[in-house]
Amino acid sequence: MSLIQDVAGSGGPDPIPGPPPLPRKEKGSRGLSPGATFALRKTGAALGTLFFVLVVNFFLFRLLPGDPIGMYTRGRNVPPEQLAELRAELNRPVLEQFLTYLRNPFASTIDSAQFNRPVWELVTERIWPTLLLVGTAIVLASIIGVWIGIKAGWKRGKSFDKVSTGVTLTLYSMPEFWLGMILLIIFGVGAFGLPGMFPIGGISSPGVDTSSLAGWLDVAWHMVLPVTTLTLVYLAEYALVMRSSLVDEMDEDYLTTARAKGLMDRLVRRRHAVPNALLPTVTLIFLNLGFTVSGAITVETVFSWPGLGLLSYEALRGPDVALLQAIFLLFSIGVVLANLVADLLYAVIDPRVRS
Amino acid sequence: MASDQQTPGRPQGRRAIARARRREALGRGWRQFRTHRGGMAGLGILVFFTLVALLAPVLFPPETISVTQATGELLAPPSAEYWLGTDDSGRSMLALLAWGARVSLTVGIAATLISMVIGTSVGIASGHYTGFGGATLQRLTDWVLVIPFLPLAIVLATVLGGGSTLTIIVVIGVTSWAGTARLIRAQTLSVEGRPYLERSRALGSGNWHQMTRHVLPNVFPLVLTNTTLTVAIAILSETTLSFLGLGDPLRPSWGSTLDQAFSNGAVSAGAWWYIGPPGLCVVLVVLSFTMIGRALEQIVNPRLGRQ
Repeated sequence: MSLIQDVAGSGGPDPIPGPPPLPRKEKGSRGLSPGATFALRKTGAALGTLFFVLVVNFFLFRLLPGDPIGMYTRGRNVPPEQLAELRAELNRPVLEQFLTYLRNPFASTIDSAQFNRPVWELVTERIWPTLLLVGTAIVLASIIGVWIGIKAGWKRGKSFDKVSTGVTLTLYSMPEFWLGMILLIIFGVGAFGLPGMFPIGGISSPGVDTSSLAGWLDVAWHMVLPVTTLTLVYLAEYALVMRSSLVDEMDEDYLTTARAKGLMDRLVRRRHAVPNALLPTVTLIFLNLGFTVSGAITVETVFSWPGLGLLSYEALRGPDVALLQAIFLLFSIGVVLANLVADLLYAVIDPRVRS
Repeated sequence: MASDQQTPGRPQGRRAIARARRREALGRGWRQFRTHRGGMAGLGILVFFTLVALLAPVLFPPETISVTQATGELLAPPSAEYWLGTDDSGRSMLALLAWGARVSLTVGIAATLISMVIGTSVGIASGHYTGFGGATLQRLTDWVLVIPFLPLAIVLATVLGGGSTLTIIVVIGVTSWAGTARLIRAQTLSVEGRPYLERSRALGSGNWHQMTRHVLPNVFPLVLTNTTLTVAIAILSETTLSFLGLGDPLRPSWGSTLDQAFSNGAVSAGAWWYIGPPGLCVVLVVLSFTMIGRALEQIVNPRLGRQ
């Protein structure tokens, strides 16, 4: 990290020689604005986390008990020359293997045991359905959750607050896949006299061309239940955090000032309180992306949604070790990058955190 | 003890005084807790489920949840004999739920213990040691905090060998400590700045003494509240991992019952009595721990009281 800083720091014109060099500690920030230092620090931390993920991903699977080759090739017909190649690879010194791995963690030579295809090919085609599902749910959940949080926090202790806090706490305590199964029974299969209204799984009906408008509508129709499930589970947390951060702002002096100058209650809320209370909520939405991944894995399983989540479930049932490794790496990279984006975005919105 | 009788209410000796103070503080806390309606409701639910878990072998003999000795019809809806219906092997759902409470509560509490021990030690140590060691521990905490829980847990469970309750306990324990560590570290830093620690250092106390005698008692209330909230998360995690098929098939928890139901087509059969109750139990227990935790949080941290 210090290397990056030095390179970036030397980009500006060299100071005239004369004054003694600054102490080592402040070297990195010379010629850099606090914002740039902050960005570099955060990027360095994210790189550190990624390195840690790689270490875990590499060494954890070397700890597997039993015959690793049997583990990787379980239930497959592998040509003997490929087996020999694999054995030669696994017999090299561990450090050497690790360095090769670091050079390109995505170049796995081992095929998936279940699908008999290169793991990265399998994984990349599953990314888009997951992004579509989870992305839609996160957008909906943050809008609805923040709205509920504002309404509950502004009139703390009133009936809306009591009801919404009770409901959100209950949703927060719910296993998301269970909620999915319940919705599936009631609205998909049909129970208690209700007819089955929504498809019970998959991303589209068989034989429908997903590039046409009708195909898009079909996908949207299939999305209703899984997106509702994920939205309900995610919004609970967002609403709880938005509420408590708005409550934290309630006694601040600037709100008294705003009221004293005769501003309408609605405007005090919209222009003064909410923007400040939104900051922690935005951070949380990003910080908890790891938690949304859990939801994706189980809910995709329940609704047979052909994304990374369902793939994890299939890999786990094997267990298809090579595939599990790839998925773990991909999810971790996704979450680490999202966190980095959140940190940088946050510094743009709220300059105080840069110092 | 004799001196206690001579001057009732004014115990003699250091330890006795400390003990009396602690008892008094606990009493004060309990009185505050009793006024908290949500917390009391949570406690009530929790006591109920604990009793069910403890009495499960008495109420439902072990053979009632054995697949081979099941007496009921397969996938039968609730009836007078089977109040909550039967599963796809003809076992009574009620018996399965009662036995499941044992597994879910045990795993939740055991995993939380591991998580708390790791989280508290790492938190205190990383707050206490200012040098390289502390910084490393802090980095480690940040890393573990960012890595998404479920993929990591799945990978760990596969490596350790799925299908056993112990694996699930260990996996949840070693993946869920980072949040606690960060919280405890922040509190440790604020405790470390207080004058009595400076005095203790000036008198020559070592690191261990400072951490266990001064920092730990001060962060302990925080550890306690955090414990109840962590149990809630641990039980949810157990349900998720068991649902994914990592649980012990011979000891059905609520999560593995849901896994069974899902894998054997209870959804398309519309068997709501097979799917609804186990999840409802999870919701109730998790909610009870959350409400107790929130109540404790308000007692320990009065600043939150106004919320």
